[in-house]
Amino acid sequence: MKFVDEYRDKDAAARMAAAIAQVTTRLWTIMEICGGQTHAIVKYGVDRLLPDAITLIHGPGCPVCVTPVELIDKALEIAALPEVIFCSFGDMLRVPGSHSDLLTIKANGGDVRIVYAPLDAVKLAQHHPEKQVVFFAVGFETTAPATALAVLQASQLNITNFSMLVAHVCVPPAMEMILSAPHNQVQGFLAAGHVCTVMGYTEYELLAQRYRTPIIVTGFEPLDILHGIYLCVKQLEAGRATVENQYARAVRREGSREAQQIITEVFEVTHRQWRGLGVIAGSGLGLRERYAGFDAVRRFGAAAPGAMTPTECISGLVLQGVKKPQECPAFGTRCTPEQPLGAPMVSTEGACAAYYRYRRLPNSRTALQETNP
Amino acid sequence: MCLAVPGKILSITDEDDALLCAARVSFGGIVKEISLAGVPEAKLGDYVIVHAGFALARLDEQEAQRVFTTLRQMDETSR
Repeated sequence: MKFVDEYRDKDAAARMAAAIAQVTTRLWTIMEICGGQTHAIVKYGVDRLLPDAITLIHGPGCPVCVTPVELIDKALEIAALPEVIFCSFGDMLRVPGSHSDLLTIKANGGDVRIVYAPLDAVKLAQHHPEKQVVFFAVGFETTAPATALAVLQASQLNITNFSMLVAHVCVPPAMEMILSAPHNQVQGFLAAGHVCTVMGYTEYELLAQRYRTPIIVTGFEPLDILHGIYLCVKQLEAGRATVENQYARAVRREGSREAQQIITEVFEVTHRQWRGLGVIAGSGLGLRERYAGFDAVRRFGAAAPGAMTPTECISGLVLQGVKKPQECPAFGTRCTPEQPLGAPMVSTEGACAAYYRYRRLPNSRTALQETNP
Repeated sequence: MCLAVPGKILSITDEDDALLCAARVSFGGIVKEISLAGVPEAKLGDYVIVHAGFALARLDEQEAQRVFTTLRQMDETSR
């Protein structure tokens, strides 16, 4: 596939890895913020191509993983109602709430459906006027335009049986939280390329300056990630800290003004609780008052405080990059994608799922392109 | 969740309202209807990067070559 295959070329990746080794003279710790990049790194063995001096830390960029348990419980409560068709991205179905998950609600007769796009949920509402269609709006700035557009279209078409349970989160406040933590180890960031297609990267310029940390806007294919690391190491070695755009084929500095307009028309910035991390100020998006009619919380009542049973899951530490998934005592035994204790084992962006899926046990090695379709 | 896939625009719906503008986009042969509300400048034959049914950006062919140019330059200087 064009714009994909050429960035998975084994030879090009090896040459880029050699270039990284050539410019590296000291120890450096770099965090990739996005779970999509974590999966690519583990799947293609990108980290194993790097010199020992470079450590990659996996960031909290997995919206499914950080959705608070209270909202999952609310989703389960709504999904179990007989008059509701509950729509969600597939990733959310196995995420454990306090006592259950969406898949179990579905198995018990709840009408839970996986949709590819939020607009598909609006269409469902059009086709089922006798039902309440609720969409679970989970995601970063990448997903926000698509969910905001669904609200706008439902509003334009006067669809009254459509609402949204909003759990949107924003990346820059989480990066700032990591950088300002007293024990921060991150010296350079790979910023999430697709978030930047929407938002651009001017916000990151302030962060790079304030925390003297290079931030490289990076794509998702193995060669993109290696190139992002190369640019980051070059800056670190030279003592520079600026924002560079590795993913210029898709990202412009100002992002997509049209997509931003759609977001700001529908959403406003709110504080948001991140599962495993706590409340991060200004890190969420919520519906504006003029679209409050589409707010599932207004329609079905507010979420009750979660009562999570304590487990041995260490997902909070994994999400902060403090621990690696295999350091968890339950990893791969009492916690698997089929029977997860924590969200990072469920999501296609969760670090635990990546390590489990690609068999990252201490002695295994993954070769680049070995699993390339 | 931020997974986005490049696809080629096969046809664009005739729609005055930019918010309703959509296209048929081929992802290596799989065709889906995609909103173009975020990329009103996109034209027939363009490649767009798509997430959750929403085209996030038009892909720039020239910029796409940059990493390969960098590699070639590195090869030349190391020779």
